[in-house]
Amino acid sequence: MTAAASPPTAILDVATIRTDFPILQRSLHGQPLVYLDNAATTQKPQAVIDRLVRYYADENANIHRGVHVLSVEATDAYDAARERVRRFLNAAEAREIVFVRGATEAINVVAATYGRTHVGAGDEVVISEMEHHSNIVPWQMLCEEKGAHLRVIPITDSGELRLDEYERLLTPRTRIVAVTHVSNALGTINPVELLVRVAHDRGIPVVIDGAQAVAHTPVDVQAIGCDFYAFSGHKVFGPTGIGVLYGRAPLLEAMPPYQGGGDMIRSVTFERTMYNDLPYKFEAGTPNIAGVVGLDAALAYVTAVGLDRIASYERDLLAYGTDALSDITGLRLTGTSRHKAGILSFVMDAVHPHDLGTILDQDGIAIRAGHHCCQPLMARLGVPATARASLAFYNTRDEINSLVTSLQKAKAVFA
Amino acid sequence: MSADLQELYQEVILDHNRRPRNFRMLEGGRKAEGFNPLCGDRLTVYLRIAEGVITDISFQGSGCAISKASASLMTESLKGKSVVEAAALFNRFQHMVTASPDSPIDQLGKLTALGGVRQFPIRVKCASLAWHTMRAALDARDEVVSTE
Repeated sequence: MTAAASPPTAILDVATIRTDFPILQRSLHGQPLVYLDNAATTQKPQAVIDRLVRYYADENANIHRGVHVLSVEATDAYDAARERVRRFLNAAEAREIVFVRGATEAINVVAATYGRTHVGAGDEVVISEMEHHSNIVPWQMLCEEKGAHLRVIPITDSGELRLDEYERLLTPRTRIVAVTHVSNALGTINPVELLVRVAHDRGIPVVIDGAQAVAHTPVDVQAIGCDFYAFSGHKVFGPTGIGVLYGRAPLLEAMPPYQGGGDMIRSVTFERTMYNDLPYKFEAGTPNIAGVVGLDAALAYVTAVGLDRIASYERDLLAYGTDALSDITGLRLTGTSRHKAGILSFVMDAVHPHDLGTILDQDGIAIRAGHHCCQPLMARLGVPATARASLAFYNTRDEINSLVTSLQKAKAVFA
Repeated sequence: MSADLQELYQEVILDHNRRPRNFRMLEGGRKAEGFNPLCGDRLTVYLRIAEGVITDISFQGSGCAISKASASLMTESLKGKSVVEAAALFNRFQHMVTASPDSPIDQLGKLTALGGVRQFPIRVKCASLAWHTMRAALDARDEVVSTE
């Protein structure tokens, strides 16, 4: 290992951290796995895997139902997880935390409930050019249904929001602003506090898509000031199929339910149903209890490592990766914002991202190639697709070096 | 490079990717557009048919090396073929790229170069996009063909 390849151990003991993730011990095509597709989904530490097994092996029961011990324990574990999420986001109250399937469902809940009751014909919803399809399509569907208009904040060539344009887009008809905290395709960290302040000055509520943020930077929803915040468990080292919608209590209180069913009711007669209190009003049916306790374990794990230290380590790794990739002739990084999370999105002359993906895969390196569920952004960038290496705190400088070697090889094949 | 990769990216594929043949528009014939929503590959196949024979064929678009080379090789192999032969070749090509990786590769002349795709199931759609699009143009279906 060269001096340049040694990780900044002062920040994190990554060698030990890597032993917590069983999948990182795997080999692919005879090579050690280099997992650089963390923006798609993150790997799971043993603590999360064990938690899921323990839940099903020893604790499985439905919540809010039985008087028997197992149900009481499951309910306690479920409630404790909600409290953990509250602390993780620094929400004011646990009832502001609603468990959903993922960030996509969280945004759909807001569009279908708050959106439907507050957006009318001729009104406007403001999103940005860098949104994931999950923060475009629900608003588009809402606008179509209501005869409202979708307005789009443009971005600069480096991948930053045009804040001047943002202010101009906010009109007396704007009912909702929905923007991403961190761009999955560019890595840009948006100035969410500022975006919220500007919108709130005009009385407009703000939805933040935090799917790409929570695993990489501490999030404080009260400091951000947002009205809604969405994230997915699987992108923060937790299980798939579980996610969180944070909503400020007064807004959630006033919103109609999303789905009807068990658990979301206080009383039901054929004439009338009284809805349950927050957050149960938005959690119809038996929830993903295993997912919730698994998410609890994941958040406990990242909290113990420390998100400040994770952010600092990833900043260093991103800088190392940015320099290393920039040295490759014919490679162009897309997304060069001054404020970036660990995402290296790029195109290479003469090598299509898909071919890169296949060649890297043969070297055991997992990256994403494609439009990253951001077709409008790809159109703005003028590329059909990009290759994307997305980092997590278990990645190392050595892995970046492997990526560079493999990219050089791909370049040689297509030269 | 591994043997599988070498078979996938053999010289004839790299060459057709670098210098795609019949990469142009054709006015006044049939055309169809193909789209792979998974990766964003998009191409248009143009056909000119006279008395049941493909007298000219070309394509345009953007995509990975496999989809571009496949389209390029397809245009070369179909020019002068009858519509019936083209449809038959479509089936044989599909069989070649989707057959079990352990079976011998069907011999289809130059098109055999794409047989290596069998080792990479995720890339089969890249190879077959041009062919599906050609089928749509043959049938004169005026719609965007999707691999999904």
